[in-house]
Amino acid sequence: MIKSLVAVFLAAILTENYVLSKFLGICPFLGVSKKLNTAFGMSTAVTLVMVLATAVTWPIYTYILVPNRMEYLETIVFILIIAALVQLVEFILHRYVPALYHALGIYLPLITTNCAVLGVTMLVIQKGEMYASFGYVHALVNALGSGIGYMLAMVLFAGVRGRLETCDIPKSLRGLPITLIAASLLAVSFFGFAGVVDGLLPGALF
Amino acid sequence: MNGIVLAVLIVGGIGLIAGIGLAVAAIVMAVPRDEKADAIEEVLPGANCGACGFSGCSGYASALSKGNAKPGLCSPGGKEVADKVSALLGVAGGDVEYKVALVHCMGSYDNTADKMIYKGQNSCAAAAQLFGGIGSCSYGCMGLGDCAAACEYDAITVCNGVACIDPVKCRGCSKCVAACPKHLISLVPLKSQAVVRCSNCDKGGETRKVCKVGCIGCMRCVKVCEFGAVTVNHFLASVDPVKCTDCGKCREVCPQGCITLFAGVKKQ
Repeated sequence: MIKSLVAVFLAAILTENYVLSKFLGICPFLGVSKKLNTAFGMSTAVTLVMVLATAVTWPIYTYILVPNRMEYLETIVFILIIAALVQLVEFILHRYVPALYHALGIYLPLITTNCAVLGVTMLVIQKGEMYASFGYVHALVNALGSGIGYMLAMVLFAGVRGRLETCDIPKSLRGLPITLIAASLLAVSFFGFAGVVDGLLPGALF
Repeated sequence: MNGIVLAVLIVGGIGLIAGIGLAVAAIVMAVPRDEKADAIEEVLPGANCGACGFSGCSGYASALSKGNAKPGLCSPGGKEVADKVSALLGVAGGDVEYKVALVHCMGSYDNTADKMIYKGQNSCAAAAQLFGGIGSCSYGCMGLGDCAAACEYDAITVCNGVACIDPVKCRGCSKCVAACPKHLISLVPLKSQAVVRCSNCDKGGETRKVCKVGCIGCMRCVKVCEFGAVTVNHFLASVDPVKCTDCGKCREVCPQGCITLFAGVKKQ
């Protein structure tokens, strides 16, 4: 159990990194990664929403949608739940952590439309159907790992962009083009993890 | 038919539950608005510069309304804003403590040399990443003008390789303090006082090799000061503006001439 949880966690961070391997959530990845502290705050909020959303959507899928054979409602129901959760997180932050609320600003409500969150909730259900031993706890750990992986990508990229800003870049590549090139190089480097953790995952789950 | 009804019921039901939950949460976790703080924030300049020591204008406004701060801290706003804020709070208008930015370096082309021919991007932040900067003094001003670019009041010019701040135009917003990669700029109170115009923390011999007017940490200013205003840390003197009476003795004994008079200028 523990071994499989660790494997799921590591795989979610490194091989299945939502930004760098699955290319989900690219908009905030490019939008908020200019400064280290906003990148960190944003990815903390995303991680929180990912775990909360999975904690709610998994039971709803398993105990409401599947018995009624309404699996095709997955996407719309999940979007509904994520939107409500993000709003709730916003209320909570505004009331109890106003500093973080103001630091995140517009990006907090934008998590609603962050496809990485929807991706996590839907892909863990896919995994649950693929592997028999992949249960609720695995799903939560997977969501947490995905959030941490998102944070890792954001923080790494914030460092890269800090360096980029002080480089003498050819005029035609300045701004978004060089940022996308840097992002693709970072993504390529993450493919190096593929062999490392991939071997762990199926063995641990069966 | 049944399938459609069930689907509508499921989605509608989940939506209804989420909606009711959010409505309850909005009431339970409503953030009480501070009307006084809102009124004060209207009066403040809105530059969010942080010169008052709080996190932006709204932070200062809420501290003021709770009585945790004095009205005169807004340096960019000056006396006018301080008076308005005092009127809103119903207290007597206090004096404004004006602060202006000062470059703690005199490493102009006459006093120090460059150690490289820099042809990179015209920015101090970029140059600072290259072997500690252009100048032979790794602590000194590189004169590429990141501070001048950050200044919204045109108070900073780069003259002869070192940044100069016009104390009359400067409004103490501290944007340049944040922009300088060498941390050479600090805010000093606007009064007549002695200031150390050097930031070199190397030993005297090392400093002497790279700059004609660098502080060598000889301690003469410390010994001569009757008010205990001068201290030397890491071979670099600094003057406490509160204790300094501008008697001028430290300026006279300084062998390097890096302690200078900072004349207080009246703000309108």
